[in-house]
Amino acid sequence: MTHIDGSDQRGAKPRQTLSTLLYSKSFRTAVTQVVMAAVVIFIGLFLYQNVVENLRAQNIATGFGFLEQTSQFDIGEKMITYSARDSYGRAFVVGLLNTLSVSAAGIFLATLIGFTVGISRISSNWLLSKVATGYVEIVRNIPVILQVIFWSVLLRNLPNARNAVEVYGVGFLTNRGLTFAVPATHPIHSTMGIALVAGIVLAILGSIWARRHRESTGTYVNMLWPSIGLVIGLPVLAWLFGGAPTAISYPVQKGFNFQGGVTISPEFTALLIGIALYASGFIAEIVRAGLQATPKGQIEAARSMGFRPWFVTRYVVLPQALRVIVPPLTSQYVSLIKNSSIAVVVGYPDLVNIGNTVMNQTGQAVEAIAVMMLVYLTISLITSTFMNFYNRLVAIKER
Amino acid sequence: MNKDFKLKTALCAIGLATLGSAGFADSGDTLASVKERGEVLCGVHPARHGFAAPNSKGHWDGFEVDYCHAIAAAVFGDADKVRFVALSSQQRFPAIQSGEVDVLVRNVTATLGRDTALGLNFAPPIFYTGTGFLVHADSGVKTVEDLDGATICVAPGSTTERNVAQIFATRGMDYTPVVIENNKQLVDAYVTGRCDALTKDKAALPGVRAYDTENPAEHVLLPGIFSKEPLAAAVRQGDDQWYDLVKWVTYATFNAEELGVTSENADDMKSSDNVDIQSLLGVTGDYGSKLGVSEDWAYNVITQVGNYAEIYARHFGPGSPVELDRDLNTLWVDGGLLYGFPIK
Repeated sequence: MTHIDGSDQRGAKPRQTLSTLLYSKSFRTAVTQVVMAAVVIFIGLFLYQNVVENLRAQNIATGFGFLEQTSQFDIGEKMITYSARDSYGRAFVVGLLNTLSVSAAGIFLATLIGFTVGISRISSNWLLSKVATGYVEIVRNIPVILQVIFWSVLLRNLPNARNAVEVYGVGFLTNRGLTFAVPATHPIHSTMGIALVAGIVLAILGSIWARRHRESTGTYVNMLWPSIGLVIGLPVLAWLFGGAPTAISYPVQKGFNFQGGVTISPEFTALLIGIALYASGFIAEIVRAGLQATPKGQIEAARSMGFRPWFVTRYVVLPQALRVIVPPLTSQYVSLIKNSSIAVVVGYPDLVNIGNTVMNQTGQAVEAIAVMMLVYLTISLITSTFMNFYNRLVAIKER
Repeated sequence: MNKDFKLKTALCAIGLATLGSAGFADSGDTLASVKERGEVLCGVHPARHGFAAPNSKGHWDGFEVDYCHAIAAAVFGDADKVRFVALSSQQRFPAIQSGEVDVLVRNVTATLGRDTALGLNFAPPIFYTGTGFLVHADSGVKTVEDLDGATICVAPGSTTERNVAQIFATRGMDYTPVVIENNKQLVDAYVTGRCDALTKDKAALPGVRAYDTENPAEHVLLPGIFSKEPLAAAVRQGDDQWYDLVKWVTYATFNAEELGVTSENADDMKSSDNVDIQSLLGVTGDYGSKLGVSEDWAYNVITQVGNYAEIYARHFGPGSPVELDRDLNTLWVDGGLLYGFPIK
């Protein structure tokens, strides 16, 4: 604590009396902070103690031991194997993966639509820009929960399984979801997946090398085609080595449902469309604002230098726009993830939906809610950390 | 920085206080606080026709609603001194635990887990039922065995959710659950064909068919009962006086039916020579004061609400929209499960 006295001067050391301490700004700041922290910790401990004691007084079970007990309930959609004989903990994981998958798909879709609409908003085409404006105003001014229910009701009124709408002979659209043909499961598929990841990694390494090469020697190496070759070529190569299996699993109506193929449930679809469209409205506005933040003079200057429009967008507008776009985009992504908890109204088995069931079967509301809050907090923090990292990449670099 | 810090502190405190408030509850003297308040807070189902639902006049109506009235009649001598709190299946247990309601008469199945881990006590069951299935008539499904591979609509957090897993597992069959909390959305999902079957307590399904489907004839109840669902009133553990009262109000309705005491003849019955009837109606003994209420507690229950048979007939009897056979819900003397402990 040598820095306590802010007016510390080498040589002429003032006497450390109580009054000099009291008048020292940094000392007082430190004391305030310590007191504040102590109060927060105290309140936290008090409330924690209160909850624990009250629960005990009412003979309500506490603790996280229930996570290892058998759940005894089933889940409709799952990405990992799960049955009623598995634990509550595993049920939570199933819910988490469902939340992550709908959020990832939602972020992808919202970004795609958001950027398209945002660019259309400032288009010189009158009709296009008005349609885009109308879209933005509609999707972002209707509560997201109503939108999700709307899509859910709409999808529910599709024809039933017996009157399925056939989609180009490879899929069927019913009120039980979209079922379509996929390549039949084959061991080579996992190898192809690894090949795809390897291809992407190699392509990224390649472009890094190309940039370094250009910066050191000035020679431009076009990595576009080699990259595409790597990303597509490697999995194709793996497929050829695996004997080029071409078996397709077609959906066939059997019993109550379709057998074979892959089904995307209406609950997933309704939730995905609902939360993605809602977020896309906000993203469109963020994108528009970002694009308009580039001074017009710069664009005109670039054009007058004879650069093609695409080049102007890629090298003049976008680098500046992204700096404006990325920070608010992050909060849109985070709120989209949180909005996915609306799943509970349409019955998509996300983290909250399963958490609710767990809470009711075990009666341990405080613990179940705590697990859910912690998971959302973690996902949101990871998302913003990643986006902050990306933001640093696109931010102005002062050299 | 400092200002920001203070703000965060305040927010933290508010957040934690909200979290903590669930723990504040008076686990002590429910009867005294009910008397002081002047009404019983009764947790009921938001819309289960026959059991609890608002009627066309906007009043709560149903079998379980009447048991709320019975408790009020016993405490206050006035069956109307009840405030109904509609609770979803998710909300019901926190509501009783936290003291938001005094008693839960909300299609709650009495189970060991709930009795212990949830800190509840169950009064004697007022309705015995089991898991049932409602299916589309044109689906050709005749028995539960025909449901292999089906999609089943089920409410979350219910015993039914577990029963259906067990029913299919023991038969080696597959199914896909669609789990929706909101009852309207759940039933709608079944009616539009998203699900092949809707599963609930069997006693609840005729109500769904009568009120929530456009054409009730298009839906059939599968034969058979697939689990044990004793529906009982629940109170907080640790308040024996209140628990005793709820328990004996329930027995009083059973005993009244057994002794032939109805809302019509209760006044005449007061002069009966039968000691059991005299004890029930408070003519002899001090059973009321032992329970902490007036001596004519059971008389008030019977005259203002009725005996078990009257309550049942009012909501599930012939001519009611949700007609249900009494089945297991008959007196022990008639081969049923209703067995009122003696008021002695």
